[in-house]
Amino acid sequence: MKPTNINDPEYFHKVVDCQHACPAHTPVPEYIRLIAEEKYTEAYMVNWDSNVFPGVLGRTCDRPCEPACRRGRVEEEPVAICRLKRVAADNKGDVKKHMPQGPFKSNGKKVALVGGGPAALTVARDLAPLGYEIHLFDEQKLGGGFMRSQIPSFRLPETVLNEEVNFILDLGIHTHFNHFVSSMKDLMAKEYDAIFVGTGAPRGRDLPDLPGRKEGDANIHIGINWLSSVAFEHTSKIGKKVIVLGGGNTAMDCCRTARRLGGEQVKVVVRSPFSEMKASPWEKEDAAHEDIPIIDNHVPKSFVIENGKLKGMMFDKVKAVYDEKGKRQLVSAGEQEVFIEADDVLVAVGQENSFPWIEKDLGIEFDKWNMPVVHETTFASTHKQVFFGGDAAFGPKNVITAVAQGHQAAISIDLMCKGEDLNVRPSPFVNLVSQKMGIHEWAYDSAVETDKRYAVPQAEKKVTLTNRKKEVELGFDIATGFKEAERCLNCDVQTVFATDKCIECDACVDICPTACITFTENAEENDLRSMLKMPATNHTQDLYVSSELKTNRVMVKDENVCLHCGLCAERCPTSAWDMQKFFYNVTKAHSGCASHK
Amino acid sequence: MTYLRPKFRHPELPKNKLGYSVDKYEGALSTLCAGCGHDSISAGIIQAAFELNIEPHKLAKLSGIGCSSKTPAYFLSNSHGFNSVHGRMPSVATGAAMANRDLTYFGVSGDGDTASIGMGQFVHVVRRNLNMTYIVMNNGCYGLTKGQDSATADRGSKNKSGEVNLFQSIDLASLAIELGATFVAQSFSGDKSQLVPLIKAAMSHPGFAFINVISPCVTFNNNLGSTKSYDFVREHVEATATIDFVPEMKEITANYEKGSSKEVKLHDGSYIQLKKLAEGWDPLDRLSAMNAVQNARAKNEILTGLLYMNPNSVDLHELIETSNKPLNSLKKSDLCPGSEALKAVNAGLR
Ligand SMILES: Cc1cc2nc3c(=O)[nH]c(=O)nc-3n(C[C@H](O)[C@H](O)[C@H](O)COP(=O)(O)OP(=O)(O)OC[C@H]3O[C@@H](n4cnc5c(N)ncnc54)[C@H](O)[C@@H]3O)c2cc1C
Ligand SMILES: Cc1ncc(C[n+]2csc(CCOP(=O)(O)OP(=O)(O)O)c2C)c(N)n1
Ligand code: SF4
Ligand code: SF4
Ligand code: SF4
Ligand SMILES: [Mg+2]
Repeated sequence: MKPTNINDPEYFHKVVDCQHACPAHTPVPEYIRLIAEEKYTEAYMVNWDSNVFPGVLGRTCDRPCEPACRRGRVEEEPVAICRLKRVAADNKGDVKKHMPQGPFKSNGKKVALVGGGPAALTVARDLAPLGYEIHLFDEQKLGGGFMRSQIPSFRLPETVLNEEVNFILDLGIHTHFNHFVSSMKDLMAKEYDAIFVGTGAPRGRDLPDLPGRKEGDANIHIGINWLSSVAFEHTSKIGKKVIVLGGGNTAMDCCRTARRLGGEQVKVVVRSPFSEMKASPWEKEDAAHEDIPIIDNHVPKSFVIENGKLKGMMFDKVKAVYDEKGKRQLVSAGEQEVFIEADDVLVAVGQENSFPWIEKDLGIEFDKWNMPVVHETTFASTHKQVFFGGDAAFGPKNVITAVAQGHQAAISIDLMCKGEDLNVRPSPFVNLVSQKMGIHEWAYDSAVETDKRYAVPQAEKKVTLTNRKKEVELGFDIATGFKEAERCLNCDVQTVFATDKCIECDACVDICPTACITFTENAEENDLRSMLKMPATNHTQDLYVSSELKTNRVMVKDENVCLHCGLCAERCPTSAWDMQKFFYNVTKAHSGCASHK
Repeated sequence: MTYLRPKFRHPELPKNKLGYSVDKYEGALSTLCAGCGHDSISAGIIQAAFELNIEPHKLAKLSGIGCSSKTPAYFLSNSHGFNSVHGRMPSVATGAAMANRDLTYFGVSGDGDTASIGMGQFVHVVRRNLNMTYIVMNNGCYGLTKGQDSATADRGSKNKSGEVNLFQSIDLASLAIELGATFVAQSFSGDKSQLVPLIKAAMSHPGFAFINVISPCVTFNNNLGSTKSYDFVREHVEATATIDFVPEMKEITANYEKGSSKEVKLHDGSYIQLKKLAEGWDPLDRLSAMNAVQNARAKNEILTGLLYMNPNSVDLHELIETSNKPLNSLKKSDLCPGSEALKAVNAGLR
């Protein structure tokens, strides 16, 4: 293999598994260390810069970082990255004074944002400090988008959401709430320099062809519409027996909300096998904890109506069969249809985009699925001044993805307004600093704790099931937060190897607890992987290969299960190994270096 | 500060026949200097014991005094250990081995501990063919007392302060062969692919197995002009052959050029496979082994690998016909067989 180019920031970035997996590339270990140092305000600001909604995300994030976390490869469970973010948010001091302070000097440009969800709010936050005049339109009465209308208060208290939405609106955003944008043409006529579409995926799928659907309409509700009518307090009751159709997170929020509005026998019925449900494992656990059975492998057949009133539903039992390619088919088990009683049915079988308000002759192209044609890195549409982001761009995802896309769209809008090339993206901010302080002293806490993952305490079911707004999770207290933070392996403190200093004494090879390092003849990657002290079987993790040493061998380090303990560097007599803290931060429009001129 | 070694190990570590992974053979975190060759040898011992499926509680590690003699603390913490007096490891080992023949005896010493203060003890344990492995971690100096020249420092070798050694060095491997050792090898701490099979072979050998391992002292003897520095040793090593230790005699399938490979069977059915044999050297022939070592010396080379072994070794227990059971397992009836037995003995003396 060729020597690894560690000057390419993407090499070390990939070693920081959590940060790399985070769509917004939040510098996770950096904020976890700050939490361990009880610097909650600073930890919050590291998050705020990257993900804009630390308090919201610390409770609700889909947390793609956690399955990626290295800790999960050396013991059973990853660091509770998400809930540590909440520790920072819960204990922060005055963060506002660290945020950009308006009023900002106008740059004479006007930007319209359609939708007030996380994507549009991120664009607003990134552009306002640069002097853009931002106009935000949302049909709802308050900002936040689906974070407000869909995510139930027992998972995300309104106060937390309000605070973080207001941090942005307070930057001098012109808000136009209760304002549904019904014509893109009219909006474009208002001469905005740029328009950002962050309207989400607002249409819930229905089952229009199922027998009885029309007759039972009064008691059949589209999940997301129902959740938002609960959130905006138009709905406060539901029948005692409720069926929730669907296996995703929306179904989980529907069933748990139904339990709080009077649903006593709430059942989730899903077509697929339990193990293949889309809902996150923790959402399924929470539903189970609230006595909600999940009935899998049941396909809805019809609504049963008696005397014009919904009585329940009929289902066909199925089993999953897989072809050679692993493609799943649900085949009827050939048994009698199953009847399940219900006073109300919540249909949570997916959502889709819908752009009835965008006229088709404006130069904004749509594809055959009626989705806008959007560039994957610039988020530009086929119209020079129109950008998409969040669920509106590529279909329903999650809050952190909407934020990440919002950052990129903001950069594009700024570049476009300055007449620069959208494809020349600003480089990330990077920094690499030695952590060596003395012979056995490092500027980071290198000891590796063996604690197992701590569970987040929850409020009593008695209380939470009777009050829709009572938050279920209590969050880590400070002491537990510290212990959980100590589980982080500091994967951003990189092992950096200097070939010219190495005397090939093997000290690092001998001391490394997880057998990461091998000195060997060089070979092609696949051969090299099998020649190591421990074969490098995880191909998603890179090999760090040095240039040729005196003995014509090379140093090869498998990054896979490195504990970042620093022992290799400590045992190295010549400091050929050093532990260096790598800081990587995605450049935002407001970081000031987005421009290349 | 990391005086602590993390508890986590590679999640896919293989297990040996006893169901132990290699970490069960580790010891305490070493306090030797960073980069000391001795630590590499410790790692080699750990690996060898793991691969040989040694039950840790059936092994005793013994040592004298010196940085090298400290290493038993850094491997096999579940084994018995005795850190004796300077140069006196052989007599402690002899006593222990005589009392309990069921343990595997593993001695670690330094060049000072063996070739200076312990020389008298060393030569006798060799000639008695005590069933043990004896490793000298040879750095050509007294590391623990800050690097004075030892008796194995080569004539002309320069120490850290620039002094040239005026005295002839003691060549421990030649000496061991001369004194009738039944297994003699030489190696380098920086070459585990050779060291580990040698240690395994030595531990499987019934009798006195000696390995002289060149092990640079990074702190006091790794300077330019030293003949025991990493650089010098790397530039001057020559191997008698490449060595593999094969646990059980399997059918040998590979065909090697005649004279270029050799299998030496050990007492317990395992064998040593040697490839790319040096010319004119036969590991089973003492004279050729001595010649090979001397020739290498004359050429300024450090000859490593197996040097000599006697597959028909008769160890001390066999030689003096000791009890075939450990003394601690002898019952009163074994020790006091009664007056009839005494009469029989006395009758035999009439
Ligand atoms: C039930 C449910 C639970 C969820 N839970 C989570 C979770 O726990 N964690 C997570 O990360 N994600 C969750 N999501 C997904 C997440 O809410 C979305 O992916 C995210 O909010 C998308 O952000 P966005 O900015 O693209 O749009 P949205 O948040 O959808 O905001 C779009 C806004 O635009 C408004 N709008 C639309 N059209 C117009 C128009 N023409 N004129 C004016 N306003 C308009 C809408 O009213 C809405 O307020 C959940 C989704 C659902 C349905
Ligand atoms: C009886 C006695 N004499 C002298 C000493 C001092 N002493 C301690 S270690 C040592 C030399 C050790 O050299 P070596 O065996 O080569 O070990 P190294 O430290 O080089 O590994 C000496 C002379 C001692 N501890 N005991
Ligand atoms: S151990 Fe810490 S730095 Fe490493 S991946 Fe997990 S959270 Fe990130
Ligand atoms: S920091 Fe060094 S010693 Fe520690 S696990 Fe990583 S490579 Fe091994
Ligand atoms: S003084 Fe020399 S022999 Fe002793 S530990 Fe240090 S390097 Fe090793
Ligand atoms: Mg010595």
